[in-house]
Amino acid sequence: MKLIDIENHLQQFRVGIAGAGGLGSNCAAALVRSGIGELVIADNDIVERSNLSRQFYFAEQVGMSKCDALKNNLLKINDNIIIYTHQIKLNNDNIPVIFRGCKVIVEAFDSAEMKEMLIETVLTALPETALVVGTGMAGWGNNELIRYRKIDDTLHACGDESTEASEELPPMAPRVGIVANMQANVVVEILMKTRINA
Amino acid sequence: MKIFLNNREEVFSKDSITVNEMLEEKRFTYRMRIVKINGTLIPKDKYGSTVIKDGDNVQMLYLMSGG
Repeated sequence: MKLIDIENHLQQFRVGIAGAGGLGSNCAAALVRSGIGELVIADNDIVERSNLSRQFYFAEQVGMSKCDALKNNLLKINDNIIIYTHQIKLNNDNIPVIFRGCKVIVEAFDSAEMKEMLIETVLTALPETALVVGTGMAGWGNNELIRYRKIDDTLHACGDESTEASEELPPMAPRVGIVANMQANVVVEILMKTRINA
Repeated sequence: MKIFLNNREEVFSKDSITVNEMLEEKRFTYRMRIVKINGTLIPKDKYGSTVIKDGDNVQMLYLMSGG
């Protein structure tokens, strides 16, 4: 299949990005480059200098909302994409509304509590939507431990499923980037198998 | 009984156990996780009352912070 045909296919879909940190910002960039038509990005943070160690932002964007900064950066890659941003803290009430119409949602939060809340909410309230989770990517090295696991048609996990981020084991650009791109790869795989029936 | 836990066969001496009992017996202590039995999500507050039976397909996903 030629790249132009792949892009034309992926252009039909809307994908949700829950969290615009290291996973979400890098995953979104890979999805835009792949030709996804619409992204829904939700995040409540502003860009901080410490984020530049692994997130797809630039020094001049420190202080901006991550939603605005990421939208700007993604539109520099492709200005034909439609990007909806929601600067809001996600919860079990607003998730089904914000991500309505998304074929796939990328779970890209930092905290394990938020990951759990999002997964429970999507599996319950948006049961037709596939969810691609990132879990376990702190530190460096150990490429062989990072894996993809399909739990079922709606739940997919990327990461080592074992390392917990902490002061002594911070998330770093290489492993976060691997997992973010692995998530994007799963999204593309799911959508390439999805047919839109007119 | 025999169950499948993350696609691996696991044998338990009892005929049925609750999710909490399985977590205890397997010493799964990390607290942020998703549990699905035969494809159905089991909410955390149902771990004590949901029973796992012979042949069940149990999927568990640990949620690690970082992202």
